[in-house]
Amino acid sequence: MSRRVLVAAFDEEHALLGAVRALRAGGHPVLDVFGPHPVHGLDDALGLRPSRLPWVCLAFGLLGLAGGFLLQAWTSAVDWPLDVGGKPLLSWPAFVPVAFELTVLFAGLGSVAAFFFVQRRTGRPPGVPGVKPRWLDDRFAVVVGAADATFDPEALARDLEARHGAVAVEAHLVEDPS
Amino acid sequence: MADNSHPARETPWILGRKTLAEVTADVARPLERRPSRLWKAGFAVSLLFLGVGLVSIGYLFLTGIGVWGLNRTVGWAFDITNFVFWVGIGHAGTLISAVLLLFRQRWRTSVNRAAEAMTIFAVMCAGIFPLIHMGRPWFAYWVFPYPNTRGPLWVNFRSPLLWDVFAIGTYFTISLVFWFVGMIPDLATLRDRTVPGLRQRIYRMLALGWSGSAKSWQRHEALSLLLAGLATPLVLSVHSVVSFDFATSLLPGWHATIFPPYFVAGAVFSGFGMVLTLLLVARKVMGLEAYVTKRHIDAMCRILLAMGMLVGLAYATEFFMAWWSGNPYERFAFLNRAFGPLGWAYAVMVVCNVIVPQALWSPKVRGRLGLVFAITILVNVGMWFERFVIIVSSLERDFLPSSWASFTPTLTDLGTFLGSFGLFFTLFLLFCRFVPVIAMAEVKAVVSHETPPRVRSCAVPAPSSPSSHGPRSTDSAAAAVGADERGAS
Repeated sequence: MSRRVLVAAFDEEHALLGAVRALRAGGHPVLDVFGPHPVHGLDDALGLRPSRLPWVCLAFGLLGLAGGFLLQAWTSAVDWPLDVGGKPLLSWPAFVPVAFELTVLFAGLGSVAAFFFVQRRTGRPPGVPGVKPRWLDDRFAVVVGAADATFDPEALARDLEARHGAVAVEAHLVEDPS
Repeated sequence: MADNSHPARETPWILGRKTLAEVTADVARPLERRPSRLWKAGFAVSLLFLGVGLVSIGYLFLTGIGVWGLNRTVGWAFDITNFVFWVGIGHAGTLISAVLLLFRQRWRTSVNRAAEAMTIFAVMCAGIFPLIHMGRPWFAYWVFPYPNTRGPLWVNFRSPLLWDVFAIGTYFTISLVFWFVGMIPDLATLRDRTVPGLRQRIYRMLALGWSGSAKSWQRHEALSLLLAGLATPLVLSVHSVVSFDFATSLLPGWHATIFPPYFVAGAVFSGFGMVLTLLLVARKVMGLEAYVTKRHIDAMCRILLAMGMLVGLAYATEFFMAWWSGNPYERFAFLNRAFGPLGWAYAVMVVCNVIVPQALWSPKVRGRLGLVFAITILVNVGMWFERFVIIVSSLERDFLPSSWASFTPTLTDLGTFLGSFGLFFTLFLLFCRFVPVIAMAEVKAVVSHETPPRVRSCAVPAPSSPSSHGPRSTDSAAAAVGADERGAS
């Protein structure tokens, strides 16, 4: 099924932030915000949880560190003991550079893979087919959904334009994901 | 560094009070018009150099390492010099994109894309040299630890040469991924403004469905910070590991604990030299003077000056330690380096790296871009000679006078070196044609930050705005969200 949303366009981040705060304070669900660059403070205004990517990064980094060290220890001391000048087989200081590089490699690639994996689930922006969006150029778009049956799109649109600096407000029908 | 206590810190980094739409238009313009004559000429010369390099390498593969000027005493010369030279060049890109991101230096946004591209291309050039130096490059995959039918005989993880494989490989991979991830939003912007066709299909594919939603931006910023945090120790480790190739040997002149920091400082120095060289040309040719301003150049010149003095300090420390060690071989190695047969190269190195950059103390010199360009060229030359001096002057006269020899490059040596420049500039010119040279999204964040709030209520539209659509239009029917005049017509 599809539902009606309002898409309000802003051309500067200060107006956008004010409008998002006002909308959420007024009980209007802000479904999403699109824009050409990250806006400082928008995460708070939208009440977004911080990204959990750092934990993924840490986990992959530890995996790389452990894997890198074990690989070197096993190949150099167990599978084919390599005696270099009578030094200990498990000469761990010599394994630090490669273990470090593998830590960074795994942490970096793992974080990027996790980023792409979760990005697949991000909703697609609303839009009119055949019309190019401007929110990757110079506009910010706030997508507002209906709070309840009393939702009056026309009144909200007038309010956004008159009081919050929206440069354009449009009603759209969007497909519900579920 | 462009310090925060700078009295002019409130003056904008981006000139001309650009609107966001103008940023998009300015950055995309060079990609959307036909290549200029200058670009074509540069590309032709680069391809010619690349061809010379390919012929040289082909001749090397067919004949053997004997076509280089190496001998039994000087076993490393142009090949490893070029390797260290190119790896070093790469370091400025990571420093600008990662370290300056962590330090929240806003000016980096104008230069980071080009600097990162330079890093990637430089590391590609660097990677060629160890590969072709192997003698049997078709066995290059033996450097990877994979289960094999020879035992399995594993690689020697205690060898700095193997550490190099991992350090350079990781550095290249992470730099490439960092660069691409940072470019996704800009590729999406290009996708949205390109007319349907092959070009748009390619941008669409590369943009990976980027929508610019708030959650996407939040994740993207988190990922950028993580990659920056990872790249910062990585960039320090890469040239440290490269320096281990020398420092863990027993050769006087190489066997020194100062090598890792000395090499990292030199790498950043040479990298900033090359970034400045490239950007001074690119901003002029591509008309990006409003984005890469004299203030940006000034900030980079200061880093160049600081790094040049660090390198000078390292040269002096080496000499002091050679004397202080009381080791006659060590003392001889350094006297030979400065006054021996390669003394002229040492002089070139000191003049270009230590003396010439001192001119950058003067704000007048930093403001005259022609002079800055000349200095950066000399820095590039000086840093190539630094590596040549370290490698060849230490090798040519080691412990046994009976084995002393000298090194003369052959035509193949020179051709391969020229070829690496050909590859570098070919890739860089292609980058300038097909990829936004300036990180649009990041510059837009700076522009928005520098635009005072409520500008609309007091401002009239900029008189000479080249933008196709009125940036501050309040005509809600025509400029409705999602509607674009160009796209709708």
